[in-house]
Amino acid sequence: MTDQEDIYVEPDTGLPSDAEPPVSGTFLDVRDLYVHFPTDDGVVKSVDGLSFQLDRGATLGIVGESGSGKSVTSLSIMGLHKAGTAQISGEILLNGQNLVGMGRESVRRLRGKDMAMIFQDPLSSMHPYYTVGDQIIEAYRIHHDVSKSVARKHAIDMLDRVGIPNPKSRVDDYPHQFSGGMRQRAMIAMALSCDPELLIADEPTTALDVTVQAQILDLIRDLQQEFNSAVIIITHDLGVVAELADDILVMYAGRAVEYGRADEIFNEPQHPYTWGLLGSMPRLDRERTERLQPIPGTPPSLINVPDGCPFHPRCAYHELNEGRSQTERPVLRDIGGGHQIACHLSAEHRLRLWNDEIKPKL
Amino acid sequence: MIAYVIRRLIAAVLLIFVVSAVTFLIFFGVPRLGGASAEDLASRYVGKTAGEEQIKLAAERLGFTDPLWEQYGRFAKGLVAGADFDTGTEVDHCPAPCFGYSFITQNPVLPDLLDRLPVTVSLAAGAAILWLFGGVATGVLSALKRGSIFDRAAMGVALAGVSLPIFFTGLLALSIFSYTLEWTPPGGTNPVEQDNPWDWAAALILPWITLALLYAAQYARLTRAGMLETMGEDFIRTARAKGLPERRVVVKHGLRSALTPILTIFGLDLGLLLGGAILTETTFSLPGIGQYAVIAITNQDLPKVLGVTLVGATFIILANLIVDLLYAVVDPRVRTA
Repeated sequence: MTDQEDIYVEPDTGLPSDAEPPVSGTFLDVRDLYVHFPTDDGVVKSVDGLSFQLDRGATLGIVGESGSGKSVTSLSIMGLHKAGTAQISGEILLNGQNLVGMGRESVRRLRGKDMAMIFQDPLSSMHPYYTVGDQIIEAYRIHHDVSKSVARKHAIDMLDRVGIPNPKSRVDDYPHQFSGGMRQRAMIAMALSCDPELLIADEPTTALDVTVQAQILDLIRDLQQEFNSAVIIITHDLGVVAELADDILVMYAGRAVEYGRADEIFNEPQHPYTWGLLGSMPRLDRERTERLQPIPGTPPSLINVPDGCPFHPRCAYHELNEGRSQTERPVLRDIGGGHQIACHLSAEHRLRLWNDEIKPKL
Repeated sequence: MIAYVIRRLIAAVLLIFVVSAVTFLIFFGVPRLGGASAEDLASRYVGKTAGEEQIKLAAERLGFTDPLWEQYGRFAKGLVAGADFDTGTEVDHCPAPCFGYSFITQNPVLPDLLDRLPVTVSLAAGAAILWLFGGVATGVLSALKRGSIFDRAAMGVALAGVSLPIFFTGLLALSIFSYTLEWTPPGGTNPVEQDNPWDWAAALILPWITLALLYAAQYARLTRAGMLETMGEDFIRTARAKGLPERRVVVKHGLRSALTPILTIFGLDLGLLLGGAILTETTFSLPGIGQYAVIAITNQDLPKVLGVTLVGATFIILANLIVDLLYAVVDPRVRTA
């Protein structure tokens, strides 16, 4: 696998290369990523050995509760952790370039141009004192040596592309003059203004009205097809990634617990935590008398991660493993067809539980 | 926007009249409630040595025997239209805005005040420039290098600066730089109009630094707190995510937001100082409005005290107005509201 990849490695000039990057092959390859934050109370192991791959034009959904390490992962890819606060090890290969250990200045040059990010709350994520247009123009001109008027035309084009009506006049509006959905559209326009190859959307619809959420997700999908960019969608809402994602990575306590193709994860989930996430999702096709099935307990402290399987204190089935769940941390293993889980349950147990107990209740 | 400015201007004028009514009541009404007679007030003009008859006549002529609201009416009219004072032998015209005549010197109050204004303005403006740049720069650096030796040292000095009174730092500075090293003149001023501007600046350099130190310390602490808060905002993360160089993130995105509350305080501080920096002017023997106020108070020269109070209040009201209008320029969210 590594041999094959070496062919694609381009000389690291520290600058984005002009040569056309390879069209196929793994575009983003995260290998054994650790992100630890030393604090007075101990080391917070926000990401603790995470690996995943993403191709151009593909979408990865990263799902998990608050504090499972989703956002920390994305901020590590973007190089947005403050210098000195985070200890990052492992590899983040973007187009063959390892972002871990790359100079901050080199990562900054990639930021916004090769990889861009949109955030949860578009109101607080935009500067209140500058017009929407100015903020998009700024993002464009950082990476393109063009005049203000050219950049302004580009900003209007981008606003038009993300479906903002009347972009020629709205470009001079301030963020507070936009509605919530409009703001997120403007954020997307800003993120895509430099045509990035990787777009990370961190809970892009969480702060929006339900009616607007679907529009934003549709927009992201349409733009992805248009730009052929790789997209990572981070969410705690499985409904968001259901239609959008090609692959899904379920995270718990800084690690992947289930990883595979989206249809497999939805149709044949294998990890009790994924079952829990599916069970706590409200659905219209469920009988009203049936209650939601929340996962009991709270996510573990990332300073004192439980021994063994970190999910075992909340798992209803940990007793089926003769104590292994309490003592031995399960590793992510392939259970066929690239579907990976980190669970001690045997295949028979999982099949029986899924068919008898879980599936009928969903 | 124009309607808003006009509304605010009218409100400011009304406020000045409210302040004048309240201060007039305090200075001319309260002594009467405390038992002072019209003759007591009048005797301050003509002197205690004058005969009782003369004092009585003066009290009547000056209107101290009239009801208080009539007295204020006359005072307010003097502010708007000027007033004529009958001294018995001739009529003195005091042009608007007329603050009346000093009990002691018999001079009209306003020209005296205006004579002293350049000193106070030079002091306040020079100090303001020093503390604004010094304080903000220190605060920003402290915030960016939070926890560093620079931060600790700067915040330590700032704490001392806030805590130490002007008459301590001022006298210390005088003793070192004026009396021991003899670098600067020991107090007093040289007029701005004079040929050598260096003499003007040399006389003011110590008062500037002393006054600026007090304020710079506050501004450094405020700026530091504001920057720390702003640099944690989501829009800063967005600015970094765009790939902006860190310097640009700090200055264009961080400082711009952090400075807005500083602007408010700066306007009010400056307005307050223009009404007289009493401690600084006294310490350095600067003949400004603050010193004038001290002299007026020690002599119980009520028209002067009233004049200083009104001028000070006017500066604060104006500063407030300017700050509010500037706010709309700085923060677009205020504009539409």
